[in-house]
Amino acid sequence: MYELDGVRKVFAPGPAALEDVSLTIGRGEHVAFIGPSGAGKTTLFRILNLTLRPTAGRLRFDGGDASALSDAGLRQARTRIGTIYQQQNLVGRLRVVHNVLAGNLGRWSAVQALASLAVPRVAPAERALAQVGIPEKLWARTDELSGGQQQRVAIARVLVQDPDVILADEPVSSVDPSLASSIVGLLRDLSASAAKTLCVNLHTVELALAYFPRIVGLRDGRVLFDLAPDKVTDELLGELYAGHGDAEVPFERMPGDKNPYGTACRPLRGFTR
Amino acid sequence: MTRIPTAPPADRFAASRGKSAFPWILTAAFVASVAFSLREAQVQPGVLFDRQAAANVARFVAGMFPPQLSPDFLALMLRPAVETLQISVMGTFIAVLIGIPLGLLATSSLSWSGVLHERASRRGRWLLGFVPYAVSRAVLSVFRAIPEYVWAFMFVRAVGLGPFPGVLAIGVAYGGMLGKVYSEILEGVGPRPLETLHAAGASRGAIVLYGVVPQALPNVIAYTLYRWECAIRASAVLGFVGAGGLGQQIELSMRMFQFDEVLTLLGILFLLVAGVDFVSGRIRARVA
Repeated sequence: MYELDGVRKVFAPGPAALEDVSLTIGRGEHVAFIGPSGAGKTTLFRILNLTLRPTAGRLRFDGGDASALSDAGLRQARTRIGTIYQQQNLVGRLRVVHNVLAGNLGRWSAVQALASLAVPRVAPAERALAQVGIPEKLWARTDELSGGQQQRVAIARVLVQDPDVILADEPVSSVDPSLASSIVGLLRDLSASAAKTLCVNLHTVELALAYFPRIVGLRDGRVLFDLAPDKVTDELLGELYAGHGDAEVPFERMPGDKNPYGTACRPLRGFTR
Repeated sequence: MTRIPTAPPADRFAASRGKSAFPWILTAAFVASVAFSLREAQVQPGVLFDRQAAANVARFVAGMFPPQLSPDFLALMLRPAVETLQISVMGTFIAVLIGIPLGLLATSSLSWSGVLHERASRRGRWLLGFVPYAVSRAVLSVFRAIPEYVWAFMFVRAVGLGPFPGVLAIGVAYGGMLGKVYSEILEGVGPRPLETLHAAGASRGAIVLYGVVPQALPNVIAYTLYRWECAIRASAVLGFVGAGGLGQQIELSMRMFQFDEVLTLLGILFLLVAGVDFVSGRIRARVA
């Protein structure tokens, strides 16, 4: 599905966001990307969903060179890639049904899009919402849903879009931990049943190792390893996250529980002694 | 015995704030500007309370009571009251007609930058995006820099006395304000939903329909209604330069020293403004 060869991405003078990334992702494959914040995971996903162009290197999508696509070809290719983001990517004021049907926008003309806002054809939206387990929310206003439910709406939209590839960029980082595994599991099962390629970028290593047959570790814009989960050792993970662990900075308490912001809050800079 | 400092954080903020000279400079500038303006603007509070002024005020206020409430007068004033309402509605309508297209062009994220224009050539962006953007911003600035009274004055010269110049004056001056605020609302729309639609291959029109419009619409409606409230007040004042409505009646009664009629007219105006406030407040609460 994807062939990346020596992909490099530079935003500003300074270190590259991505450096010499070479990967091949086959059709129907499930891949999890892990790595510390700032490793370039999100940049890589934006290159994979064809909204960013590599500064150097080659990206082939489904056999064709992505940089050679015309405007129309690019739009066409994008309709075949569904992206799910961390949060805030639904239009809160629209009803759920419209956010879900927005998955059709790549196929629809402006007139069809407008008509759907007035008289939506609800059947596909109902089906998709049933698949993600919230059929009763069809007419709810999207910003009234919980974070986990909104993430399900985003998945339902991708189901309506019916792409060949699903890219999920930290889909569960703003979701309750107990819901995280159910959402990742849902993504995996839906992709597997429809033979879609699935790439997920995860903060939670345990989820990646538990649900995915292939793990890519990114650090400082480079691929550190690309292995099956049982080959990902604790040493490799230690190397991947070295110097980045938030757990190394313990929470500090104000003396005598005087901290007005709560007992386990890290004081602002300048307030510590 | 060692003392543990237990001052709450707020005190430490206050301590650090004392080091900056900025508040002092600001205060000094404010005091200086007031002192300067006090002399130049001929502010003499004494004049307001001297015997002559007090007598004038007394005559004016005494003349207001009792207000003129004869059925004949009220019936006669119904027409100007309705006219004021009509001026404000038509003026706001024209302002919307001016504000929407110019406001859209004056929004950089719609006209020349951002996800909607990723593949446009540099030259195309400049000619078809930036130039209309800059021109519409300039036009909007001119429209709102000139006060509606001055517009009304000019339109009275152009099309004669009556409500029409008032409508045009409100339309143009408020069109400038609405266009500016619309463009700020559109500019402030959250970019993430737009990027998502864009990444899924949606066309520009579809991104605007599903991403921009739903986010901006409540604010656009609320601000337009607020401008309508202002237009009611403005249309009363515009009457003073001959642009019809209640203002013209107030001006006439003033000139003929019929202060009892003035009080009645002010009462009618108050009811109109309060009514419009109420209606628009209810609508705004619904759409927010």
